Amino acid sequence: MEIFAQQIFNGLTVGSVYSLVALGLTLVYGILHIPNFAHGALYMMGGYITLTMMTKFGLYYWIAIMISMVIVGLMGVLMERFIFYPLRDAPPIQDKIAAIGILLFLEAFAQFVWGADYQTMPTPYGQVVSVMGLTFTMQRLLIIISTVVVMILLFLFLKKTFIGSAIIAMSQNREGAHLVGINTNKMAMLTFMISGALAAIAASLSSPINLVFPGMGHLVILKAFVIIIIGGMGSIPGAIIGGYILGFAESLGATYISNDYKDIFAFILLVLILTFKPTGLFAKGGHS
Amino acid sequence: MTARFKQKAVVLSIVLLALLLPFIIQNDYFFHIMTLSFIWMIGVYGLNLIAGYTGYLSLAHAGFFAIGAYSLGILTVKFEIHYWLAFFLACAITCIIGLVIGLVALQTKEHFFAIYTLCVGYIIYLVIDKWESLTGGVRGLIGIPVPPDLGPISFRSPVSQYYFNLFFLLAAIFMMYRIVHSLTGRTLIAIRNSEELAQTIGISTMKNKLVSFVLSTFFAALSGILYASFIRFIGPDISYITMTFDFLIFLLVGGIGTLSGPIVGTLLIVWISQQLQFLQDYRMLIFGPLLTLLIIFYPKGIVGGIFSWKMKMQEKKKRLSMSAKSATQRAEEG
Repeated sequence: MEIFAQQIFNGLTVGSVYSLVALGLTLVYGILHIPNFAHGALYMMGGYITLTMMTKFGLYYWIAIMISMVIVGLMGVLMERFIFYPLRDAPPIQDKIAAIGILLFLEAFAQFVWGADYQTMPTPYGQVVSVMGLTFTMQRLLIIISTVVVMILLFLFLKKTFIGSAIIAMSQNREGAHLVGINTNKMAMLTFMISGALAAIAASLSSPINLVFPGMGHLVILKAFVIIIIGGMGSIPGAIIGGYILGFAESLGATYISNDYKDIFAFILLVLILTFKPTGLFAKGGHS
Repeated sequence: MTARFKQKAVVLSIVLLALLLPFIIQNDYFFHIMTLSFIWMIGVYGLNLIAGYTGYLSLAHAGFFAIGAYSLGILTVKFEIHYWLAFFLACAITCIIGLVIGLVALQTKEHFFAIYTLCVGYIIYLVIDKWESLTGGVRGLIGIPVPPDLGPISFRSPVSQYYFNLFFLLAAIFMMYRIVHSLTGRTLIAIRNSEELAQTIGISTMKNKLVSFVLSTFFAALSGILYASFIRFIGPDISYITMTFDFLIFLLVGGIGTLSGPIVGTLLIVWISQQLQFLQDYRMLIFGPLLTLLIIFYPKGIVGGIFSWKMKMQEKKKRLSMSAKSATQRAEEG
């Protein structure tokens, strides 16, 4: 029972990170209908920038995360402006390949600047806490709490502010939003900014338990794709629920089935889902 | 008619050049690189068929490449089956796996297909990496045999390996040529341009897509098999996603959806990579942005760029001659 509870807790931690990454991905997909293959590279950059801010400039953890969010957000904006915007009318195969180009570049760039070694990120929340027979580090608890806070803030932003509603309107119908006077270009840039910031915070939160290295985004982005397919491409609640489902499936699978193959569960889940529902679960209607 | 004749002459002279190359240059390192390029090209043709002609971006290509390579490796090293039988079996195994995956994967479209195949590729990588008793895990497979002697011909020297792989490359190109110019090829292009339209004129899109997908895995397998028996050592990294990206770069630089693209792109990138050896892991600093810029400005690659430039020139000439004609006409009338 104790192991089970511990694994549920681990699943919650892992799921939180996945949800944050998937949220960024699903927001962009909702607006531009492109799967951003370079999102994992943004995640990786987020981890490295936070690490550099902490070790090179000696900044406090949270300030480093803030800076990282801004920088990665701006990288997202640049990507939208220089790559996805010019390709908006191109055949769908092209923006995928363009994103792959960015991914390759950013990974080589990270390796060039920071080296290929695995690096650990220091955290001010290293203490071990034990509650009701469960032991966990503060960092893990922090991941869960911060994720919930970020999700609530994002929800309030999207539902309660004018700009947020504009983004939602745009994801429902781009032309319609344009017609009622929403500046779709600005909104697309803003969405990329939020998406990059979400990737940065996810990476910064998970790095102290996972390590920072150039290929750290590979698996995460693949799983994030799995999540947004499970949750419906472009659906925000879907990304959150999907993230936690995958988190639980993985941590329980690793304990009770096989630790070696724990990364494979997500993909088998996806292969099964797409086998029976080629457009994914909870696919939103009205999009083509 | 003359254009066709000219094209034939160009193709023939390139083939002749490739055949005579060993007599002009005698450098083992050169042959090693050329042979490797030939092997890549076969794989790139496979990707070209599914991504370029059919419009489905398969990101599991390196996975099929690896399945081909590992099938040959396991059959020859662990089960000590005769090379040519293993060669044939490896092709068959990959095609069957390709057929099963294709049956499911092709139900999905566009982004879903790309993500689905990306995940399939990753599953293949994980299985190869973790199934140590069969694949040797991270240590890989060592000692894969070269093709056995065919009568007096032995395939041990670099030059004979060069000819051996050149033979398969030419066969692959010929096969691609026949496919692309057949009804199936036209059908695939119709599917790429508009799947709904293709369906409305009575094309069974699923069947044709499946044919294209399985053929593309066949090319990948062939490339993998030749790679395994050329390098004679294989590790799980050949199934990793970066390998698919390499194929993709070769294809895009040369020209996606063109017959000569894979040759041009592979040769160019392989030789540039050789020149940039000091960069090693950082070569993507150049190739990454190159890929992105190319897709924005020249989505059809070098070959496509040349084609459209030629078309423009022809049009210009036509317009010039037309205006000249009308000018003389006007002069005559006036």
